[in-house]
Amino acid sequence: MSETPEHPETPEAPPPAETPDAQTSRIGVDSWVAESEARRSRTPAALLSRGAARTPDPLKLLVFVAFAVSLPFWTSSGDLFIFGTLTLISAALALGLNVVVGFAGLLDLGYVAYAGVGAYTYASLSSPRWHLHWPALATIPIAMAAAGLVGLLLGISSRRLLGDYYAIVTLFFAQAFASFTNVTNPGDITGGPNGLPNVDPITFFGHKLASYNQQYYLILAIVVILAGATYLANMSRTGRAWRAQRDDPLAAQAMSIPVNRVKILAAVMGAAIAGLCGTIFAATYTAAVSTDYSVPFLILIYATVILGGIGSIAGVLLGAAIINCTLQFLAPQNDHPEVKRWLFYGTIILLVAMLKPVWRSLLVLVATIGFGFAVHALAVAYASHKWTSGVPSSGGSWIAHWAIIPNTDSFTGLNHGNFNNIVYIGLVVMVVITASLKGWWRMLALVPTLYLTVLAWENLLAASGGITAYLLFGVMLIALMAKRPQGLFGEARVEIV
Amino acid sequence: MEATTPKPLLELRGVSMAFGGLAVIDNLDLVVNEHEIVSVIGPNGAGKTTLFNLITGLYRPEAGEILLGGDNLVGLAPHTITNRGIARTFQTLRLFLNMSVIENVMAAQYGHTKVDVVRSMLRTPGWRREEKQIRARAEEKLSFFGQRLMGYRWDQPAYSLSYANRRRLEIARAMATQPRILLLDEPAAGMNPVETHEITDLISQLRDEGGYTILVIEHDMHVVEGISDRVVALDHGVKIAEGSFEQVATDPRVVEAYLGTKATATK
Repeated sequence: MSETPEHPETPEAPPPAETPDAQTSRIGVDSWVAESEARRSRTPAALLSRGAARTPDPLKLLVFVAFAVSLPFWTSSGDLFIFGTLTLISAALALGLNVVVGFAGLLDLGYVAYAGVGAYTYASLSSPRWHLHWPALATIPIAMAAAGLVGLLLGISSRRLLGDYYAIVTLFFAQAFASFTNVTNPGDITGGPNGLPNVDPITFFGHKLASYNQQYYLILAIVVILAGATYLANMSRTGRAWRAQRDDPLAAQAMSIPVNRVKILAAVMGAAIAGLCGTIFAATYTAAVSTDYSVPFLILIYATVILGGIGSIAGVLLGAAIINCTLQFLAPQNDHPEVKRWLFYGTIILLVAMLKPVWRSLLVLVATIGFGFAVHALAVAYASHKWTSGVPSSGGSWIAHWAIIPNTDSFTGLNHGNFNNIVYIGLVVMVVITASLKGWWRMLALVPTLYLTVLAWENLLAASGGITAYLLFGVMLIALMAKRPQGLFGEARVEIV
Repeated sequence: MEATTPKPLLELRGVSMAFGGLAVIDNLDLVVNEHEIVSVIGPNGAGKTTLFNLITGLYRPEAGEILLGGDNLVGLAPHTITNRGIARTFQTLRLFLNMSVIENVMAAQYGHTKVDVVRSMLRTPGWRREEKQIRARAEEKLSFFGQRLMGYRWDQPAYSLSYANRRRLEIARAMATQPRILLLDEPAAGMNPVETHEITDLISQLRDEGGYTILVIEHDMHVVEGISDRVVALDHGVKIAEGSFEQVATDPRVVEAYLGTKATATK
């Protein structure tokens, strides 16, 4: 970063977080000029991000709590579980990961295994497996301590490892945990692939919290406590030490901070929080199964933290809501197929809207719509109507007048499976071609690419939720990282200046 | 020099350090007395920064002793050494860039504070008291630099500071560890003439008002002349001269180290 000139006219209030996006890195524009332009800009995105930066953190938490408390009153209990409870569980997990990755800067890829340790500890002590039915008030602290202890042992043994090396060791630990619970299973203590079923619901002083509403409010309370506790920890001597050694471990040592000790503390705290979440997870699903605590889940928690903004508690909560709700809407069995489509087209339109200037994105959209009708009309005119008489797999029918959706039921010599494959491969090829072109040619190539994307979605992706969710997350994260590398609520970090 | 007999605060005895066979510091003896400003000079690669890294425990010397007030520091962890009373700045600035200005100074008080993370999360009265102290001390250290690091700058991220202010913040951060001796690694590097002049005054002030003993590495000979009670010249890890600025500046070995041998030097 170039030298920042003195600016005496700056008001007393600190300026909002600077956003080194395309604006600030324009060649030939001084960073200070770009920053002050960004501060004055009146676009909705700029206003929103400034508003978020100016809102005090406790107020953000209050808004979140008010919204979350009202949720059970206007949603069905099935929706409450899927969109409320599951969101809160991943929010709680992400809050713990935020301590490790966000505050202390440790790339811990074994994080889910701690949740697994918590889940199995709870399931062993409160299930028919050993005929132990200890109350939750006893088992939850034990599960947290067990997960924290595992975190401590791993932290002590790898305290000197930096960055990528630490990541590899912790990832190895996660895999080792998965193998241990799933395959090794000594003395059948983990139940192997079946896990430990029939786990007790959480009980407080003899009251079972078994209904969706009760579970939801319990987890909400835990999330609020965790958000508050991690926030307060960050705003203290320990939090400053975490962030100091994250920025520069050598300087932190020279400034009286015992770097290894504070790193281990963060790892243990994260592990204990994960352990707590594991108990909740096991109690909610009434089982501890090892496949729940494996890499896909780890990726989701990381995506939550990265999307929301590493180190930002408000961001983590928002990220959990976005990631979990997207995932649930995309799930094949969900009750709201139309939302799936809106998510997809919303993402596409947002991506196109990133083109500058605005008329370009409008042009591309109009051209794509026109292109679609033209292709559809050609297909209707020259091909068998079986080519265009299919039903879109995400429901609804209006889209069938625009996108080519072959009829899956009829055997007309046209193999539907091949059509999907051709569309998919064509899409990949077009994406590569579009990316390698420049200027007008790129815009021209974008039109068929978008249309192929729609075809791939309507024929193939919408029906296979699991894969599509990850594809969509990938696109979302790439787009967000390009536009806002620090995540939604995160603050831009400077590495080397 | 003062009338009282000088009391050694920092003492190096026969310290040696080599990187893979290359002797960087060779059997070095060095004494810094209490309330004294000692400058270390020498051409690039003379071993000046290595000397600082040895004293602060980032490297462990292969031979010799490093004593602070009579206690041997060799083998102690860097943060322990800082707690004993040695603080440093870095030649290549190493601030906590993503933390605010005041947080940088607050973070450096870790070693002298006690409230643990559980009490921090509960916000106990003990935490409140200590946090107030930490903040007051940070403000006091920052106010040492006049208006430069005051007011709205407290809550700005450290990366938004100008180069000169970053150097000042590094000094403030080092002061916050409550050291007995400050090691300043090229405090005037990259500063303009006005700022260089300011830093010269500041270093004297640090000694006179702050009460610190100072060991400073500096290339700018005007600064060295302005501040030093004593100058030590290093070349290839060996002490080649020691004494007042005039003595060292005119020492033929120092001239040779900087300019080459007499045969090639055109003076």
